[in-house]
Amino acid sequence: MSETKETTEALTEGATPGKKQAVSKDVLPGREWSDYEGILIVVEQRGGVAKKVSWQLLGEGRRLADKLHTHLSALVIGSNVSALAKEAIYRGADKVYLCDSKELENYRTRPYSKVCLSVIREYKPEIVLMGATYTGRDLAGAIATHLPTGLTADCTQLDVDENRLLLASRPAFSEKMLATILCKQYKPQMATARSGVFLALPLDPTRTGEIISVSPQMPEEEIVTQVLDFLEQTERVSLEDQEIIVAGGRGLGGPEGFALLQELADALGGVVGASRAAVDAGWISHDHQVGQTGSTVRPKLYFAIGISGAVQHVVGMQNADMIVAINRDANAPIFKVAHLGIVGDLFTLVPALTEAIKAQKGNSTSVPIAL
Amino acid sequence: MHIVVCIKQVPDSREIRIDPNTNTLVRQGVPAIVNYYDLHGLEEALRFKDEVGARVTVISMGPPSAEKALRQCIAMGADEAVLVSDRAFAGADTLATSYVVALTVEKVAEEFGPVDVVFCGKQTLDGDTGQVGPGVACRLDYDQLTYVEKVVDINEQSRTITVHRHLEDGVEVVQTQLPVLLTVLAELNKPRRASLPGVLRAARYKPIVWSTNDFSNIDRTKIGLKGSPTIVSKTWVPEPRKVNTEMIEGPTPQAIAAEVTKRLWSSEAASRLGWS
Amino acid sequence: MATEHFDAIVVGAGPAGSAAAYTMAKAGLSVVLIERGEFPGAKNIFGGVIYRKQLEDIIPEFWKEAPLEREVVEQRLWLLGDQSVVTLGHRNEAFKDPNNCWTGLRVKFDQWFASKAEQAGALNIYETVVTELIREGNKVVGVRTDREEGDLYANVVVVADGVNSLLGKSLGVHREWQPDEVSLAVKEVIAMPKEKIMDRFNLEGNEGVTIEFVGNTLGMAGLGFLYTNQDTLSFGVGVMVSDLKKKRVKPYELLESVKQHPMLRRLLQGGETKEYAGHLIPEGGYHSIPPLSGDGWVICGDAAQLVNFVHREGTNLAMTSGRFAAEAIIQAHTKGDFSRVGLSLYDRLVRESFVHKDLKKYKGLHNFLRDSDPTLMFDKLPRALNDAAYQMLLVDGVPKAEKQRMAMRGITDAAGGLMNLVKLGAQGWRAMNG
Ligand SMILES: Cc1cc2nc3c(=O)[nH]c(=O)nc-3n(C[C@H](O)[C@H](O)[C@H](O)COP(=O)(O)OP(=O)(O)OC[C@H]3O[C@@H](n4cnc5c(N)ncnc54)[C@H](O)[C@@H]3O)c2cc1C
Ligand SMILES: Cc1cc2nc3c(=O)[nH]c(=O)nc-3n(C[C@H](O)[C@H](O)[C@H](O)COP(=O)(O)OP(=O)(O)OC[C@H]3O[C@@H](n4cnc5c(N)ncnc54)[C@H](O)[C@@H]3O)c2cc1C
Ligand SMILES: Nc1ncnc2c1ncn2[C@@H]1O[C@H](COP(=O)(O)O)[C@@H](O)[C@H]1O
Repeated sequence: MSETKETTEALTEGATPGKKQAVSKDVLPGREWSDYEGILIVVEQRGGVAKKVSWQLLGEGRRLADKLHTHLSALVIGSNVSALAKEAIYRGADKVYLCDSKELENYRTRPYSKVCLSVIREYKPEIVLMGATYTGRDLAGAIATHLPTGLTADCTQLDVDENRLLLASRPAFSEKMLATILCKQYKPQMATARSGVFLALPLDPTRTGEIISVSPQMPEEEIVTQVLDFLEQTERVSLEDQEIIVAGGRGLGGPEGFALLQELADALGGVVGASRAAVDAGWISHDHQVGQTGSTVRPKLYFAIGISGAVQHVVGMQNADMIVAINRDANAPIFKVAHLGIVGDLFTLVPALTEAIKAQKGNSTSVPIAL
Repeated sequence: MHIVVCIKQVPDSREIRIDPNTNTLVRQGVPAIVNYYDLHGLEEALRFKDEVGARVTVISMGPPSAEKALRQCIAMGADEAVLVSDRAFAGADTLATSYVVALTVEKVAEEFGPVDVVFCGKQTLDGDTGQVGPGVACRLDYDQLTYVEKVVDINEQSRTITVHRHLEDGVEVVQTQLPVLLTVLAELNKPRRASLPGVLRAARYKPIVWSTNDFSNIDRTKIGLKGSPTIVSKTWVPEPRKVNTEMIEGPTPQAIAAEVTKRLWSSEAASRLGWS
Repeated sequence: MATEHFDAIVVGAGPAGSAAAYTMAKAGLSVVLIERGEFPGAKNIFGGVIYRKQLEDIIPEFWKEAPLEREVVEQRLWLLGDQSVVTLGHRNEAFKDPNNCWTGLRVKFDQWFASKAEQAGALNIYETVVTELIREGNKVVGVRTDREEGDLYANVVVVADGVNSLLGKSLGVHREWQPDEVSLAVKEVIAMPKEKIMDRFNLEGNEGVTIEFVGNTLGMAGLGFLYTNQDTLSFGVGVMVSDLKKKRVKPYELLESVKQHPMLRRLLQGGETKEYAGHLIPEGGYHSIPPLSGDGWVICGDAAQLVNFVHREGTNLAMTSGRFAAEAIIQAHTKGDFSRVGLSLYDRLVRESFVHKDLKKYKGLHNFLRDSDPTLMFDKLPRALNDAAYQMLLVDGVPKAEKQRMAMRGITDAAGGLMNLVKLGAQGWRAMNG
């Protein structure tokens, strides 16, 4: 029998209704969770700009809240971030808790988690979600331990069932499997979720909602951690937020192949991505990797060039609106997920495509890229 | 200076395959290794030891077979290794794991001297949550510095530490006070190869083993399955989405390119991109 | 740290090294066992038969704990034609009690055997390569490894580093290989459900079978094998390196081609290849056995060419030589004399044992094979035998006496005439019998 199954059984056993569950109840004498209601999204921002994943989670949170017939709230923390509180409402929140204060300008674990804890303890959401970014994971790990409650990491699928349980699903074993994690005995149910997987709602300025100010919890004198500097790294690509990705795989045969892709990407106004094989071969850096242990992307247009389409790659890109695949092998699995497929030699097709697109763009009068 | 390094023995998940017939994991023959990132934490501690002197204690919660992983750390140069092992710990999620690991750090501090720095890996190859580090920091009431890619300075006099934290869009330079818990990335350093005397010491070394009974203050409701709020309810192998693929053919690459461009510009994606 | 000094250093945790380390550690000597692999057996392969007697002499009742695959109750020899086979075989319930031999996998077996040495008190260190022997004058006094501060000293170094023995070469007792003294074996481990294996090979419980086959090796001198494990099959073929060179065939091409033989294909069908590896086998035999000891060193197992390739015996010779080496070192330890004379018991024990005697029996075989035409022995003759069997068994109205003549003529023709066949038989007989 496989080990996963064993783990599943071992972990499930203690929580299946019946005898063993009583044990868990003993752990929390007299704890009543029924007063916990609603979904809370913790919005992450830097310099007054929200991370896309926060809006994506508000979109997903809206869907879950509607399914549970409950409200969706957002928590905005920072300095001079009241505009974000409004935007959170335009993006689907019914209520926003706003904690706006000078010492919260930079993210620091202790003051931020204090704010979160006090909001969670006072307003008792049944579900708390945040982005599985570096900051999100840092914060979520701290909060869940303090509460205490269960925390599911890096989810790529979320749902709720008829018992109001959060079904949080996440990749496991280097993305080879997905696992659904439940938290039955504790509230709130917490999860961090991957960027680029869920859909943000379009900005709707006609939406209204309540903004509740909460006061900072920690005076600056008590905070020992200091952010001394921030060194921006512009050369690092962040694929999650891209609208057009031109990705290459082993079929490119070497780093030179990626130069061809770069030309196509430039013509389209997109960026270059890669499969794990190309990254492992050292043809391009890891931050370009899609799927697997790389990024999950949801661009409007995705080119898969010289990529076979192994499931570990496909799970990271299959939600693109439009997928175009070029492969020499007509039986490559990538053609199962592509909308347009071309069987042929990429070294002649890609330059031809680049020219055709340049020409088309030259003709078209509309704005080339929506930013 | 006393540095504790938290390590976990994990199956090398890069080598785990899925059996295509049964859709289950094939773990047979997959080597157990020290979680990749943890070795970078150990290396950083050892560099500190080499440069200014420090005591380095490695700890792990795991089955008896994890002794091997701890010995590997001894071979690299750690002073002492503690394995916390008990059937009662099995089935732990990150909350329960961080509870036991934190208790272990406290007990290590009592027995071998106060702890100044705790190193954890950024995440494990199997659990892959990155939650144990922050959990341990919270329980110990240490400040946490996560995703550290460079330790700029640890100053014993002023008891401050300065690091570079890796974020999506850049690097944050942060300073805080000791004691501190760091979770570290592979960019931090290159772990050393153990010297021969190190390997010989490891071959003779017996890690210290503690079970629940060795912790006078342990709360048994907080460990193992019982102390774990999360439950893995099911696992499955993702199936790629199926779509109707249109194959484009043509006499020349130019003809194909023209056809593809035409399709692109009339697609819904193009209108979302504002192309048409 | 002052450099440590040990009673003995053993290089290589294969069957020879582990046997030596175990025996010495058990006698209370301080022993270091050095292996370059990530763990013992990580990179080692063999066909897969482990014999009882010689390991029992080291660890009584080892089968109760050792990771063995199946108890061999039947051994088959197949002479392959293009799409046919002439079979010889022996199956016997007597092979069960006491057991004669088992199938095994080195990945598991070597780990276990080395761990026995460790439990007996040896210090096992892995992922460490011995790069050279440290000498004082003529005397070996220790080893240098590829690790930092990597020198280690001992009274005796046991050289058990296998077929390619770099250390043997540095001692001058191991020449560079001649292509006709070594064969290259390639092997696959093929996963297959237990029930399927038991059905296909007609097995019950823990029973196992071995098949060796001759012929169909693209005209090269060689032998193939197919052994049953618990839920895998060991399948491989080894041919003379000189023939591979001559024919310009890649080893895996040979393996793939042999796999297509109808008799083998149906046994392997539905299996999934899990591992693929190649390894050399010393075939020089008796004449290439080097001096076995010198001042401060002994050499055992494959490193000392102690392989009986006719009977695919190697591990047992390796273990026995390792044990003899250990016994000699223990005696040298009590006497305090680690010179060549002090260690001479080792040479004597080997000479008086089956190791030496068996190799001596086949001493002519190497030259015989070298001088005879491989296409004759390993292609034409097996093929002719198959044709003969076909003719004899086909009922087509041709009188039996006529058939017999035809069959005989086929065989003599293959050998290039009756005289040649007789000569070949006589030479072969002599080669196999000292
Ligand atoms: C697919 C999957 C997804 C997960 N997702 C999450 C998540 O999102 N959030 C979360 O909080 N947790 C999650 N977990 C659990 C998380 O991975 C664990 O907290 C952590 O990795 C430890 O569990 P384990 O799998 O290593 O070992 P487990 O078998 O669960 O055992 C827990 C600990 O006890 C040790 N142990 C086992 N037997 C013994 C013994 N006899 N003696 C001593 N020690 C022993 C183990 O080595 C381990 O360190 C997930 C687990 C899986 C399998
Ligand atoms: C395909 C094939 C089929 C065979 N079938 C059988 C069979 O069925 N039955 C049988 O009894 N025999 C069989 N043999 C022969 C048998 O495998 C060998 O005779 C036997 O393994 C020899 O043992 P050894 O300990 O001398 O050498 P090895 O098993 O080769 O062990 C040598 C060890 O030394 C290590 N080493 C080498 N150099 C260094 C160094 N510099 N530093 C540190 N470590 C080093 C190696 O990693 C290795 O672990 C077969 C061989 C092959 C190739
Ligand atoms: N059982 C454990 N024992 C000791 N340290 C652990 C254990 N589990 C996790 N850690 C530490 O916490 C880090 C993050 O693990 P995780 O939260 O499981 O991804 C690891 O790299 C280790 O440093």
